[in-house]
Amino acid sequence: MTVKITFIQPDGTSQVVDAEPGVTVMEAAKLNDVPGIEAECGGACACATCHVYVDAAWSEKTGKPAEMEEDMLDFAFDVRPESRLSCQIKVTSELDGLVVRVPGKQF
Amino acid sequence: MAADDTGPSGAPIETDAVIIGAGPVGLFAVFELGLVDVKCDVIDILGKVGGQCAELYPEKPIYDIPGLPVVTGQELTDRLMEQIKPFGARFHLGERVDELKRGADGRFLVRTDAGRSFVAKIVVIAAGGGSFTPKRPPLEGIEAFEGTSVHYAVRRMEDFRGNDVLIVGGGDSALDWTINLAPIAKSLTLLHRRDEFRGAPHSVEKMRSLVAEGKVRLMIGQVSTLHGTGGRLEAVTVKTKDGEERITVGAMLPFFGLTMKLGPVAEWGINLTENLIPVDTEKFETSEKRIFAVGDINTYPGKLKLILSGFHEAALMAQQAHKYVHPEKKLLFQYTTSSSSLQKKLGVK
Repeated sequence: MTVKITFIQPDGTSQVVDAEPGVTVMEAAKLNDVPGIEAECGGACACATCHVYVDAAWSEKTGKPAEMEEDMLDFAFDVRPESRLSCQIKVTSELDGLVVRVPGKQF
Repeated sequence: MAADDTGPSGAPIETDAVIIGAGPVGLFAVFELGLVDVKCDVIDILGKVGGQCAELYPEKPIYDIPGLPVVTGQELTDRLMEQIKPFGARFHLGERVDELKRGADGRFLVRTDAGRSFVAKIVVIAAGGGSFTPKRPPLEGIEAFEGTSVHYAVRRMEDFRGNDVLIVGGGDSALDWTINLAPIAKSLTLLHRRDEFRGAPHSVEKMRSLVAEGKVRLMIGQVSTLHGTGGRLEAVTVKTKDGEERITVGAMLPFFGLTMKLGPVAEWGINLTENLIPVDTEKFETSEKRIFAVGDINTYPGKLKLILSGFHEAALMAQQAHKYVHPEKKLLFQYTTSSSSLQKKLGVK
């Protein structure tokens, strides 16, 4: 079973992608050429260029960033309470319908 | 590690090969070139060896190095340094190669931003994702203030004397410069997005005591707008959880870590495809004879950006490099396990 994830761009356009449980939200974005997710380090939680804002309705299910991710978010731009690094969110069947926003700028 | 044998302003260093980039693939290139008697000088923009392994993930595990089920970025770097020790490569760290051109005799002239120059028979570009450069906060109009009011490093502390200084960030650079510049600045504000700091605990403690003594103002928030004219910063609007505040700032130091940019490689006359260097898969040579590219910076059909692929590329590159550096010598393919001449080079016999 695949899971649907919606990526909303800063200009309001959105893209729904199918993701296999087990991949990360960053990988789902890269596999589907979602603009604005750079993932320079390839998913090692080492660059903060896959920064997204998790829609408020989903923040409980995606959970809070771990300490390492919080540290790395220091390197992101315009960090908000709903900020996450998409390489650190694993896709599960629980997250079917997840909505995330791509920030206007990655560093 | 051998010391530099000429200063930045001295005569050019004559060498067989200049390797640009001291990441794992650049380091292993020293090994493969060493086995075929090619002497190397290695240049890296970072102040340490290891490239991304040492800068981005020193403590993170790598699982796909053959024979090492798990190794951290730093351990891999350390082991490579041990492995290449017999070859006596010279390292020039904290320098960026700005110029690469072919001289009249076919050799290359390589010059760094520190003014050091080299004359080399071959050049190996092992520059990974490019040069590590400080991250620029994507604030509107920041470019106009760079070099005058916005600085990504402190070159001379005196430049900040009597100024209203804003330091942004939560790591060691931000903390160290807060501690060092507070006594000479007119005012010093440290701005970080959260009230937790990644830096060394004693630096955090020192910063907190400066805040308690009223010598440093700590703000929790993020920069939203820069104000100033003619390249001179006058104020910065900071967004905090309580709203926006405009503070007087004459100099801003943002410390948001490093990112990789292709940099001067684009200006050396080598063919590029989407910021990568196309190479053949036999010699890993670029469009320019005697210039090779190995590791993440090259591209060819089927390319995988893996450390182990870069190691393979370095081995094949060295075969061709030998032909260029020692055209008079025939290269006999040998194994380190059984060849007494290779073992002698490795210092194990």
